[in-house]
Amino acid sequence: MSAFNAIDADREVDREEYTPGIEPQATWCPGCGDFSVLKALKGAMSELGKDPEEILLVTGIGCSGKLNSYFDSYGFHTLHGRALPVARAAKLANPELEVVAAGGDGDGYGIGGNHFTHTARENHDITYIVFNNEIFGLTKGQTSPTSPKGHKSKTQPHGSAKDPVRPLSMSLTAGSSYVARTAAVNPNQAQEILVEAIQHDGFSHIDFLTQCPTWNKDAKQYVPYIDIQQNEDYEFDISNRQEAAEVIYDTELALHDGEVLTGRYYQQEGRLSYTQEKQEIGEMPEEPLAERYHDDDYEWERCYDMLDAHR
Amino acid sequence: MTDEIIWRIAGGSGDGIDSTSQNFAKALMRSGLYVFTHRHYPSRIRGGHTYVEVRASPEPVKSRGDGYNCLLALGDSFARNPQEDAYYGDEEMKPIRENLDELREGGVIVYDEGLIDIDEIPDFEERVEENDWHVYPLDLRARAREKGREVMRNTAGVGATAALLEYDLDHIQDLMSDAMSGDVLETNLEILEDAYEDVKETEFTHDLRMPTGEHDEDQVLLSGSNAIAYGAIDAGCRFISGYPMTPWTEVFSLMSNYLPELGGISEQVEDEIAAAALALGASHAGVKSMSGSSGGGFSLMTEPLGLAEMTETPVVFVEAMRAGPATGMPTKPEQSDLEHVLYASQGDSTRVVFAPGNVEEAYEQTRAAFEIAYDYHVPAIVLYDQKIGGELRNVDESFFDREPAPDLGATLTEEELAEAAHHSSGKFNRYQHDPGEKGVSPRSIPGQKGGRFLAESNEHTPQGHINEDPDNRIAQVNRRLGKHDSIRSEFNESEDSHQTVRGPEDATYGIMTFGSQQGTVEEAVDELNDAGYSVKAMGVSDLMPFPESEVTEFLESVEECLVVEMTASGQFRGLVQRELGRFGPKMHSLLKYNGNPFEPQEVVDGFRSILEGDEPAATTRFVPAAGD
Repeated sequence: MSAFNAIDADREVDREEYTPGIEPQATWCPGCGDFSVLKALKGAMSELGKDPEEILLVTGIGCSGKLNSYFDSYGFHTLHGRALPVARAAKLANPELEVVAAGGDGDGYGIGGNHFTHTARENHDITYIVFNNEIFGLTKGQTSPTSPKGHKSKTQPHGSAKDPVRPLSMSLTAGSSYVARTAAVNPNQAQEILVEAIQHDGFSHIDFLTQCPTWNKDAKQYVPYIDIQQNEDYEFDISNRQEAAEVIYDTELALHDGEVLTGRYYQQEGRLSYTQEKQEIGEMPEEPLAERYHDDDYEWERCYDMLDAHR
Repeated sequence: MTDEIIWRIAGGSGDGIDSTSQNFAKALMRSGLYVFTHRHYPSRIRGGHTYVEVRASPEPVKSRGDGYNCLLALGDSFARNPQEDAYYGDEEMKPIRENLDELREGGVIVYDEGLIDIDEIPDFEERVEENDWHVYPLDLRARAREKGREVMRNTAGVGATAALLEYDLDHIQDLMSDAMSGDVLETNLEILEDAYEDVKETEFTHDLRMPTGEHDEDQVLLSGSNAIAYGAIDAGCRFISGYPMTPWTEVFSLMSNYLPELGGISEQVEDEIAAAALALGASHAGVKSMSGSSGGGFSLMTEPLGLAEMTETPVVFVEAMRAGPATGMPTKPEQSDLEHVLYASQGDSTRVVFAPGNVEEAYEQTRAAFEIAYDYHVPAIVLYDQKIGGELRNVDESFFDREPAPDLGATLTEEELAEAAHHSSGKFNRYQHDPGEKGVSPRSIPGQKGGRFLAESNEHTPQGHINEDPDNRIAQVNRRLGKHDSIRSEFNESEDSHQTVRGPEDATYGIMTFGSQQGTVEEAVDELNDAGYSVKAMGVSDLMPFPESEVTEFLESVEECLVVEMTASGQFRGLVQRELGRFGPKMHSLLKYNGNPFEPQEVVDGFRSILEGDEPAATTRFVPAAGD
């Protein structure tokens, strides 16, 4: 008997179930790309029949972190850059949970970059959505790690001297087993990609282009976009890391030339998730650890039976 | 104490000093003696002077002693620059040269003449005569080489000192047989026995003999780090995340070995921010979790620590202090992370901090940390140091014979959630303004039906939604901070205080300390009372919330008090004044920050400097009370 009966309830879930009655209206700026992430996430979870109470949504800080306020499920709004370590431990504690992490580009590629790299390499079975608007929004428009070179802001008055990070390349190199990019202006593709990412057994990273109409006015609305799966110029095998790397390289260059490429870039098949890897070496229980604390019949081990080495 | 042996084995780092001394200590425990070890080592893997003291007595011992009386100097097989006047000095000689100052009168020296040229030691003959030392040079290296490998000279040394102290080899042989097998065992036993027999035939000039003793019940030998790990296991902790750092690594490695066997999880991660954040994530998802580090790593944990306070996520951290700031002295104990641990992180603290005073307290207070963390939804921290983490002490085996406590504390089941208060939208009121008893609003676990809420780093409503309304803010802050009062009341009502008092109740003077110096201060107090002074000791373990009434009562009852701590700025004395708002003119400080823990005699001397105006030991610093 599980202590967590929201999990695998196997029922139809209407997308409106994810709208919190306490805060039904999101307060992002009009025209903000973040609305599209919320919409796509509700659509994807409904399509997959996930009960709001079997989902743990873990966010960082920034406009993106407000996702927790507008999506009804179990949630953990953490600290700037720290969503991933919280999310992956929750998944280890209870692998039956559907764990989604989300944050902005500063959150994931800047202050939380170390966590991003390591979570990707460990291949935790969680989904990570990065709201990429190429700017710091909630602190009012400073240059972010993905802002293009030359981008001017109050903290970089002479324009950024730095090349932007290449988030998809970073992700592939670090070891994500699912890498995709979508854009707020492409809701159907966004939902399809989220469904795939959530279903994927391993670390799924989605770089989600979310235009910021308030602080990045001169930036594009990420239109027109090209779906690389629908375009003859980009025929490649998404299970081939080398081919993926080439298309990613083109995609990242093109973005700063005003051409928005989106789609699935890489999906590694057959790789064990981190939980499975740990089980292979005997360092992870078969049953969710979280269940044990509710099992009245479990006989808890005690140190008194471990004292041989000290006698 | 005249009837005790303090055996010091000195050599180079990487020469097996640690394991040799552990086995020797265990043999002594098995033969009925009380043992206590003290470890001194450099932050270096191969080479560098290191020693371990094993103190053995028929009476209980709770501290390192004053100096020592039997030296086994092995030589350093990884000595650097031995022939040059370089930074490292003449390392080959250090195992003997560095250890002479603390050797008591009438002491015994066994040294490896295969590696140590005694003529290189300045004034050796004069000092031997002056101090009535008894010197037994032996070519331990040649003995080891002849039968086996050079590294086995430790074994020859143990055999030789056992013979000199007239200590039978039985227990040592048994322990070797447990740890080794085949040729290695045969060779070691042969080296041990030959050295023993040969030395036994020589003529002794010294009086020292190993005392005999008897335990009333079965004993186990373990370190403070091990006691912390066992406390966590018995509290039902099955998740640990960490990043290596000396000296916290001991707890982390022990748990990483134990947990997989118990169906638990250990995670070594990219940095300490992640380590602490993972522990929160696992706890949020319903598993009893811990993390830890030493000072520098704990700096990184500051962020998740505050997050635990704000989201009321239960978690236990352990902090193994070492000399700071920055990288400081990695292998040397100090207590100067006290203020760091009490106040680090933005906002007002709601954490609980314990500083255990010995191996048993390390076990008990780690258990208590889990109990409080999960009952009250606060981070609880066990603050210790390299001294208590690394010292071995014998404990009654029955001490550990208790029931495990895996209970999740203030957590609801799905049945209880169905009855619990919810917002009209269906969200669970995880953070009620006024949950009644103790200020604790029970939690739900993700995956439970009817329990969804938002664990929120911003100030939040009862459901966890972001909110900056002043009335809500005041209600939430008051409830979170109010938990300190509830916890303090719970401790005050308990029969078992975490504070220890020793010495006559009506004593005129007091000596107070916290954490790992407790045993040393107690020995000093015994000695002072034997010498006719009227003094009692208090060892404080509850640092937050502070045991106001107990400490007030102690300080009110004495005329003056010496506050002993391993900090350079008197942080603990400052804490007492901050918490009690008075007693400044009564409290003198005795500080030590040279990398070594206090010896009882240093505390005795520090005390005398109040009464007699004597100079305190040069290794310590005396700071008179405010107004003095």
